[in-house]
Parts: sequence; structure tokens; C-alpha cells
Amino acid sequence: MDRIWALLPLAIAFVLGGFLFWGLSSDRDPNEIPSALIGQGVPDMTLDPIPQMGGLGFDPDVIEQEELALVNVFASWCVPCRAEHAPLTRMSEDENLPIYGINYRDQADDAAEWLNELGNPYKGIGHDIAGRAGIEWGISGVPETFIVKNGVVVHRHVGPIVGDVVTREFRAALDAARAE
Amino acid sequence: MFSEIGHFALALALMVALVQSILPILGASRGDALLMRSAATTSVVQAGLISLAFAALVQAFVTSDFSILNVVQNSHSAKPMIFKISASWGSHEGSLLLWVLILAIFGAAVSLFGGNLPDGLKARTLSVQAWITVGFLSFMLFTSHPFERVEQIPVDGTDLNPLLQDIGLALHPPLLYVGYVGFSIVFSFAVAALIEGRVDPAWARWVRPWTLAAWVSLTGGIALGSWWAYYELGWGGWWFWDPVENVSFMPWLLGTALLHSAIVTEKRDTFKSWTILLAILTFSLSLFGTFIVRSGLLTSVHAFAVDPERGMYILGLLAVSICGALGLFAWRAPQMEPGGIFAPISRETGLMVNNLLLATATATVLLGTIYPLLLEAVNGEKISVGPPYYAATFVPLMIPLVLAMGLGPHLSWKRADLKGALQRVRWSIGISLAVVVAILWWDYRGPVMAAVGIGLAVWLLLGTLADFANRIRLWDMPRQVLDRTARLPRSVIGMTLAHTGLAVAILGFTGSSLWKTEDVRFVQAGDVVTLQGYDVTFEGVREYQGPNFVARQGLLRVENDGEVLETLTPERRFYPVAQTSTTESAIRQTLVGDLYASIVEPQGETAEGVWTLRLLYEPLINCIWIGSVMLVLGGLISLSDRRLRVGAPKRPQAAAVPAE
Repeated sequence: MDRIWALLPLAIAFVLGGFLFWGLSSDRDPNEIPSALIGQGVPDMTLDPIPQMGGLGFDPDVIEQEELALVNVFASWCVPCRAEHAPLTRMSEDENLPIYGINYRDQADDAAEWLNELGNPYKGIGHDIAGRAGIEWGISGVPETFIVKNGVVVHRHVGPIVGDVVTREFRAALDAARAE
Repeated sequence: MFSEIGHFALALALMVALVQSILPILGASRGDALLMRSAATTSVVQAGLISLAFAALVQAFVTSDFSILNVVQNSHSAKPMIFKISASWGSHEGSLLLWVLILAIFGAAVSLFGGNLPDGLKARTLSVQAWITVGFLSFMLFTSHPFERVEQIPVDGTDLNPLLQDIGLALHPPLLYVGYVGFSIVFSFAVAALIEGRVDPAWARWVRPWTLAAWVSLTGGIALGSWWAYYELGWGGWWFWDPVENVSFMPWLLGTALLHSAIVTEKRDTFKSWTILLAILTFSLSLFGTFIVRSGLLTSVHAFAVDPERGMYILGLLAVSICGALGLFAWRAPQMEPGGIFAPISRETGLMVNNLLLATATATVLLGTIYPLLLEAVNGEKISVGPPYYAATFVPLMIPLVLAMGLGPHLSWKRADLKGALQRVRWSIGISLAVVVAILWWDYRGPVMAAVGIGLAVWLLLGTLADFANRIRLWDMPRQVLDRTARLPRSVIGMTLAHTGLAVAILGFTGSSLWKTEDVRFVQAGDVVTLQGYDVTFEGVREYQGPNFVARQGLLRVENDGEVLETLTPERRFYPVAQTSTTESAIRQTLVGDLYASIVEPQGETAEGVWTLRLLYEPLINCIWIGSVMLVLGGLISLSDRRLRVGAPKRPQAAAVPAE
């Protein structure tokens, strides 16, 4: 019995070592965040508008009509979203791009106040209090922005679109989506 | 020229280490005193040679010798001198050299100061230490050469990551490494004892000071790293459960368990195989940490440059050393005779609870750290494990641990009188419960855990002090208190200081994480933000030129009830060479809580003059740093206990050791 107990640490070390070996030898990048959604159609998830705001909700059928559109996941509690808001608004105006918003896990009052304060660049906003976008769109955090072309998701950007480098990259992705 | 000498010294050190890894242990098995004592020379020569190599590297950085790749990639001529020096251990190669240097210094220290060790144990220990040195020296020479030259000598270097150009982080790696690598000697002692097949109280007594020295240093290193994260990263947090933080924390947790189980082995001749196992696992986790940081296996903010070849080499080293040691353990441990028996209520049981909880906590952190890798290997899914996991698993383990800590010292060895012990802490129980109730009443809308945390801290503080008062017989003979304190063993004073230090730190952990208030907003010159009674006015931004950066400094006037307290100056620094920016936060420190400010420059051209201001109020946070200092001091005082240095460590002739 003692003998078996004494072998246990060695056995655990072997198993862990096996995983570490796999981790080194397999061709993987731990920093990469994949999206299974690229090349797929817009997930079938309809959301009602924020009650205080009214207007259009989040409807995949509407988005599929657009030639090129952005889907932006945001929340009033998210500071980077606040930073992203102005550049995103500007981009939407400059390039005449419709933006559809998913208001992720947010209180309706807070979201409405936030939009009234900063302005509402969205053509339609879905109020996602239950966090369904996390599952359907596979988001890893807020904010995230997707480029949708004719109802197909072509690009995913994690994090706010602020700063020169990121903005340049995002615009390049937009141009690529247009060119295709 | 100097770097060639450094290179040569490293190659020579490898040869010396090879000799040391064979001769002394051979001598020990043959009973040849001459072969055994060769380790005295080789260990000192080895440390001398590696020091020479290290000096050569520092010299290359000090003189900005840009013919060396390492210097080109990690230094710049305009950098302040202190950061030129610290850059020599800022890179993968340089830090590895520091690693090996500390390894060799610990070996030399055992051969110089271990005069009371029996020849056989000493020789075997030094040979095992040399095996580790051979592994890492060859790793360095074959895959990560610190003195590699460049073909075309550039005009200037590409600079060290600006985040690392900070005094806290200049000192953090050396301290952390002394802790990390210091456990190597304990590992060597354990393997030597397994080869010898003999673990007894004398062994535990020899090992304890080395464990304690490593532990003290690791505590200091972790605290320093945490302090750096607090003021440099600009988020106001001090612990993020990042994989690289975790891998330094795991050896600390197990090292703490080892520190306590070695006491039981020393005093009561029991927990023997457990202590050996802890000694092996603690250093194994240090090796694991080295592997994680240098292989790029997990996502982390401070991993070194990724290179799978290096990763494979370290994994090989890990496999040989850890599996070798654990294999030896599996073979020898069942033969160890169980030692003194004890009753279910006794100090042994208390320390066993401590050990089980600490070991479980370590396993929890380990699981959280590698879970993303395990899951990806099994089904390809990618996830990350964050603070909620640790809040749900690690924190609940700490609650019984602290509860046991307050009572444990009151229990006597072998068989304790629970009633008597509870009697002695009845005031501590009463007061801490009263504190919990008072906090719940005062902050009834706040988190319940805050009351629990503060209550635990108070309990630990009072429980420890009650034990100390008891030992100096404060209530019976108050006049002789000083006299009695002076006569107490230093280890008791150290223990009291360290345990109260943890109590103080828990106040800080609880206050700063659960009562934190935060305000993040855009500000323009003249805007006022009010937080926790402070009125903070953003007065604008001024620019100035640093030695190797351009800084923009925000001016924040802090007022309380119309009285100007001070001007805080958080900064954003831009390092043109490295093309990165860093945040320099500004903190108004008080014992009650810190007012923490950091700023971020305007995003984009339309937002000219609009800065993001982040203000935090973190109650009691300085208790964390005070508590950490107390932990370190407690360890140092305990280390100075004369029982750990002179006298007693003589192995009794008969195997049996009378109970104390």
C-alpha cells in the first residue's frame, strides 16, 4: 500500500510532463484567439431593443440585407467601449457603414444613459441582458467588433478600435472585405 | 575581450561541475574522505568562475558593448546606469546566468558554512547540486549563449522593455531567484538523504535554515513584484493570477508547508517521507516555473522570447531531475520508519492541517494555471482561467488555514488539551466575532467576505499575540516581561512576527480588493472628480524630457474639505527607441488607504486635450507591504536563531530520538 502511495507523485509528474510535451511539440500559438465564425453566416440570434431607447433591435435578417456592416459588442460598464465610441462613430460616418450593436450584459437604464450622453451611432441595438452573444457569437470580452459582408462574418476584432496601429489594421480589414 | 573570458569561464565551470557531480558522491559510497572533500574546492571554484562570467556580462552592459547580441537587444546607451546594470538580468540569457550563479553560490555556501554536516551527506548533497548546475550550464552554453557576438556592430541598442526599467523590477528578479533557486539546495539535501536512505531529526535541522533563507527571499521577491505591478501597470491591482505570478507563488506555498513540516520532523521525528516529498516538489515547482516562463507554453504578460528548442531542452531537464527524484522517492520512501505517534488533538495535527491545506491550495493554483493547456490538449477548446476561479477555490482554503493558524501555536506537542487552548484564546474568539458583527452592521450593504476577511485577520493577530503573551507570561509576571522576551528562542519571536505579519497582510488583501472604489472618466483641464472625500482637480498636462523617454505629466490637485493636500503627478512616458509607452501612476499613500491616479493620453486627433483619468481609492492596501516586510523580518529573525547554527546538529548514535 505504501509503495503505491509513494509512486503516486511520480505518476502525476509523468502525466503532467506528457501534457507539457504535447504543448511544446504541437503547432500552437497560445496567444491566438480563434473564431469559428469567420466565413459563417450571422448567428441566428434575435434581440429586442433596449426598452428606453426603442428603435430597431438586433435582427440577423436585417443585417443580412446590408452589403457591408459592423456588429459591435459594447456595454456601459466597459471603459474601453467608451474610448472606442468616438472613433467608431467617426468611422461609421466617414465610410457610410451601418453599425449594429449588441448591448452585452447591461442594465437598460445604464445603457440608455450612456447612449444619451455619448450619442447613438447604431442603426439597431439588441439588449443582451442574458449574455447570449457570448455563446452565439463566441465573444471573449467586450468590446468586440465583427465585419459582416452580405450576411457572412468576414473579420473579427477583439478589443477597442483605438490608436493608430489598431485603426490602420481594422481599416485594412474593411478594405479587404470590400475588395473581395 | 572580457566577454571571451566570461565565455571561457562558463565552459570551465561546466567542466568543474561535471567533476563535482561524480567524485564526491563516488567518495561517499566508497567512504573515501579525499574524494568527498574535493567538493569543497570544486564548489567554490565553480561559484568563482560563474561570478567571473556574470561580472563580464555586467561589464558589457555597463560599457554598452554593442558587439554583443544580448546587449544590443536589451540595452541602449542613453539608459540610466542602474537600468543598464539591471538589463544584464532582464533578458532570457542574462537571467539564466543569474540563475546558475545563485545555484553555484548556494552550493559554495553549503560547503563553506556546512561545517557541522556529516561528510557523506555533504558530499552527496553537493554532487546533486552539481547535477543541476551541469544541466543548466549546458542549457545555457548550447541554446542560450549570453555572450554571442553580432556580425555587424550597430550604433546603438534597441533598449530594454521600458516596463522593466524600474527600480522595483531591477531588484525583483535577483530576490525571486535567490528564493526559487535557493530551494535547489533543499532538493539536493532531500535527494542525498534518499540515496543515503536516512532521514532523521538532525537532517531536518540542517535543512531548515536553507529552506528558511530561500523562503525569506522568495517572500521578498514576490512582494516586490506585486508592489511593482501595483504602481507601474497603472491598474491599481497587486495580484492578477497571471500564470507567471502563479509559478512563483506555488513554490512559496509549498515552501511554507515545507518550513512547517520540517519542524515536525526535527522535533518529533515524524512526517519524514512527507517532508522529503515537499522538499522535492518545492524545487520541482521552481523548475516548472522556469520552464513556463521560458517556453511560451501559456499566455502571459511577462514571458520571455519564445523558442521551442529551448523549451524542449528545459522539459528534458525537468523530466530527468523531477522524475529521477520522484522515482528515488517511490523506491526509498516506503522503507522509512514512521516516527513518533501523536493524538488527534496536538500540534502535530495542527501542522498536518496546515500542510494539507497548503498542498491543496498549491494543487488548486497548479490546476488553474495549466487547465487551459489540459483542456486544449483534450478537446481543442481554448479558454483562460481568471480571478473568479481562484476566488472560488483558493480563498475558501485559506479560511480554515487562518483559523488553524490562530489556534495551532497554543497546542502542545503529542497530546494537547483542547479545552485549555480554547480557554486561552477565548478573548481572541470573542473580539474577532465582535469585529465581524460590527463590520456587518456598519457596512451592511458591502460584501460579506470583507467582514470575514477582517475578522480572520483580527483572529490571527490576537491568537498569535495571546500565544506570545502566554510564553512571556505577560499576565502572571508582568514585571519580568522584557527579561523573558530576551530569553525566548529567536525562532519563537520570528514565528510571532511572521504570523502577525500575515494577519496585517490579510487586512490589506481584504480592504484593497473588497472595499476598493474606482472612478474612470474623460477629463479636460479644470474638471473635478470626487472620490471618497477627496476632490481631485485635473489642472492640465506638462511635458518634460527624460534621459531616454519623453513624458507627459498630468497635474492633479488633491483637496479635502477645501484644504489642498498635495499635487499628484501621474505620467505617460514614451520611449522612442523601444516604441512603447508606459504608465507611471501617482499615489497618495496613507495608512488608511491609498488614493491612486493614472492617466492615459487622448485617443485620436478629435479628442485633443481629453485625457482618461483613472482614480482609485484602495483602503488598507499598505498593510500588504507592511505585512510582507514583517514576514521577511520574521523569517530573518528566525534564521538568526542560534539553534539553527551551532550546537545540537549532531546525529545521535542510536536511531531513536527521545521526544521533547
